Amino acid sequence: MSSGRGGSWTFAGAVVVALLLLDFVDFAQTKNFEDVRCKCICPPYRNISGHIYNRNVSQKDCNCLHVVEPMPVPGHDVEAYCLLCECKYEERSSNTIKVTIIIYLSVVGALLLYMLFLLLVDPLIRKHDPYTQPLHNEEDSEEMRPPVDPQARGNTVLERVEGAQQRWKKQVQEQRKTVFDRHKMLS
Amino acid sequence: MNVTVSQPDCLSGESVISDLSAALLHPVSIHVGSTPTEEMNGAGNLMDFLDEPFPDVGTYEDFHTIDWLREKSRDTDRHRKITSKSKESIWELIKSLLDAWSGWVVMLLIGLLSGTLAGVIDLAVDWMTDLKEGVCLSAFWYSHEQCCWTSNETTFDDRDKCPQWQKWAELMTGHAEGGGAYVLNYFLYVLWALLFSFLAVSLVRVFAPYACGSGIPEIKTILSGFIIRGYLGKWTLLIKTVTLVLAVSSGLSLGKEGPLVHVACCCGNLFCSLFSKYSKNEGKRREVLSAAAAAGVSVAFGAPIGGVLFSLEEVSYYFPLKTLWRSFFAALVAAFTLRSINPFGNSRLVLFYVEYHTPWYMAELVPFILLGVFGGLWGTLFIRANIAWCRRRKTTQLGKYPVLEVIAVTGITAVLAYPNPYTRRSTSELISELFNDCGALESSQLCDYINNPNMSRPVDDIPDRPAGPGVYNALWQLALALVFKIVITIFTFGMKIPSGLFIPSMMAYHHHDWIIFKNWCRPGADCVTPGLYAMVGAAACLGGVTRMTVSLVVIMFELTGGLEYIVPLMAAAVTSKWVADAFGKEGIYESHIQLNGYPYLDVRDEFTHRTLATDVMRPRRNDPTLAVLTQDSTTVEDVETLIKDTDYNGFPVVVSRESERLIGFVQRRDLTLAIKNARQKQDGVVSSSVVYFTEDAPQLPASNPQPLKLRRILNLSPFTVTDHTPMETVVDIFRKLGLRQCLVTRSGRLLGIITKKDVLRHMAQMMNQDPESIMFN
Repeated sequence: MSSGRGGSWTFAGAVVVALLLLDFVDFAQTKNFEDVRCKCICPPYRNISGHIYNRNVSQKDCNCLHVVEPMPVPGHDVEAYCLLCECKYEERSSNTIKVTIIIYLSVVGALLLYMLFLLLVDPLIRKHDPYTQPLHNEEDSEEMRPPVDPQARGNTVLERVEGAQQRWKKQVQEQRKTVFDRHKMLS
Repeated sequence: MNVTVSQPDCLSGESVISDLSAALLHPVSIHVGSTPTEEMNGAGNLMDFLDEPFPDVGTYEDFHTIDWLREKSRDTDRHRKITSKSKESIWELIKSLLDAWSGWVVMLLIGLLSGTLAGVIDLAVDWMTDLKEGVCLSAFWYSHEQCCWTSNETTFDDRDKCPQWQKWAELMTGHAEGGGAYVLNYFLYVLWALLFSFLAVSLVRVFAPYACGSGIPEIKTILSGFIIRGYLGKWTLLIKTVTLVLAVSSGLSLGKEGPLVHVACCCGNLFCSLFSKYSKNEGKRREVLSAAAAAGVSVAFGAPIGGVLFSLEEVSYYFPLKTLWRSFFAALVAAFTLRSINPFGNSRLVLFYVEYHTPWYMAELVPFILLGVFGGLWGTLFIRANIAWCRRRKTTQLGKYPVLEVIAVTGITAVLAYPNPYTRRSTSELISELFNDCGALESSQLCDYINNPNMSRPVDDIPDRPAGPGVYNALWQLALALVFKIVITIFTFGMKIPSGLFIPSMMAYHHHDWIIFKNWCRPGADCVTPGLYAMVGAAACLGGVTRMTVSLVVIMFELTGGLEYIVPLMAAAVTSKWVADAFGKEGIYESHIQLNGYPYLDVRDEFTHRTLATDVMRPRRNDPTLAVLTQDSTTVEDVETLIKDTDYNGFPVVVSRESERLIGFVQRRDLTLAIKNARQKQDGVVSSSVVYFTEDAPQLPASNPQPLKLRRILNLSPFTVTDHTPMETVVDIFRKLGLRQCLVTRSGRLLGIITKKDVLRHMAQMMNQDPESIMFN
């Protein structure tokens, strides 16, 4: 809510693009040969042990006669044997799985790096800069209004990003106090 | 903007409010520049989102309640303006059409994003849960089942093994079996679980502390009119999605359904900020959030209709018919998106789709009702134990070590879960196994019935077969798993990571009935279907904990596809609700709302005491007198002192201190902003300027400084009741209209004020609870 419509448009745009990409990956690809299968499970019968048969056939061919090869029983027993078998048609999308897992891992990796940066590298940088307020956890920091430094509203992108990041950090700190320290919310 | 107020003493709040928004937006241009409400003109405005936004008049502060009437009248005004302008030109007509459609566009976007996020979460959980045990060598992104998809193992016994999937012990040491391998697997399982949960709690703590917990109690409070800034923000959305996967994969006894509702509401909030119709109006925004909650449940359970009913029954406060249609659409789009991502590879939305159709018999209603009774008792026990534990966490030293707590609970869960094969895998898989009837495709021990190799009928006739040793083995393992799950869920729900509770509730219970009803089969007799009892037990349990009825039954039969079993489900749900309500009226979410002291006025509570408005109003006998403003004799300095010295949210305005006849009510925030504006922009306004709320300036000698007219921020129609109004009526008014405060008068003279907090405190007092636990304003 603090970013206004410009930020929301950018974020929402990125999100919609990612979303469409994911769906497009799913729709646009032809079905991978290995992504469909018909699985027939035949339990033990007389002196034949149980077997599972997998074959890449289409849905209309997914029955015992097409999939179970070589047939372990002689011709007159085939019908009785096939009645015991259960065949199921399954399909999946391996590309979707791959893309999703890789995107997820990269997001987690990026967050992890940013977290390490904030916890380890940032305090070292801030110590050298006398003009920015260091992030500290005293109780009175919430009472002080941040000094509206006219130089802080600089026009370069970097300074504005700095300002936004400082505000975000203060917000998170406030949230952390509410939830973790004062237990005012979320027990 | 040229909306003018022509009548001198208008009595309707509407035109005053429109005047408020029009007048304060138009001449004073301080905030119009920085909030980019008009079209963007290049990169300059694109960077504006990095600047701090100036607070608008008519917005609310954090942790305050909104004024539903004001929001409603603002929306009516906006709509009227657009409709009147649409006759002017084609462009205006198009704009009015776009405005009308913006609601549906928002729903579409919410459905798309929630469905996508739910698909991502499902796939990632699937993979990471199996990552604790082993890895797929050919393609690391495959889970166990996906890895062995194209395996050529054909023997019945080896159907779960394939060479591409290796457990960690096998990968590291080369041995697949043996004591050493078991210990190494065990150790690595616990290590992975600890790593995942540590990562989850660190991310929550560093980036978005609001992402912990289930989210449903807070969303209920937000939907009833409370403001919690940042709770539905972008960072909360991102962190909740990421850490939910980690928390579920770490094997903790929690589910993802509650957090998915929170995620969906965050998506709703995100898309609301794209349209000023929703971003500037808190009341309309809450309509969108109700619909988003429906979309969340729809993708969590694969139950679109259940989702709409859940939003209606559990989460929403006001649910007009328009919201019903919008929720329906959002749930539909979300379910469709999730299906197109197809996370489970079998074109179903949820893991436990069952397909049996055995009929149930009339005599079986008795055990179903018994299941309901047990479910209600379990629900009460769980709620009491969980609230006691959460209260302890809130008030004692335990609350100071959230990270350690998470790690400890994960460690205990992992260590105790690994040996028992039923608790080792994910809860959803276990539920699916217990719900299912045994066919030839099942490899679990539960289906280890002795097969007569000479029989020629299909294997579905379980009842007549004696149970093999595997079933008895499974029974005592399940019993242990039941006890373990019950205890550990009590400690898990409420920790500082995203945690839901639908799945664990279902779990704990249907172990139980599976065990009981397993042994009722006698050879040759009609037998019970264990899967059905598991399902009914799960529904009873969930009903006992959350006190849902209609939405629960609909969700259960959408989850399982068992349309024949609606009547047993309904019987069990109703019984469990009756039994549980006999012990305590609140479900788990209402109990958490009470624990945290949120200002939530429950629509279900009945107020039957015979107190009057005078008993509740402030000021009480020993309090200082009511802080009021007069209509034309207060100075700016006086007002500022009043604002500084007190922390009331608003002040009544009276004719004069002697007569105390009520004119109207003014909000603190509006007063502060108006005075600040006036000091900066208007000439001649100094501390000794007189503030007046009348239409014409008071007669003052010319030497006095310029008076300041603040009629525009005055609400000329505050709600009033007389001092003898029964509190029953007052509570009803607060509930139905969503008021924040109500003034008490006697023969036209102002006596006092009743705020929502006073009402809540009074109700708590009447119910013998601690009235000081109502914390927020």
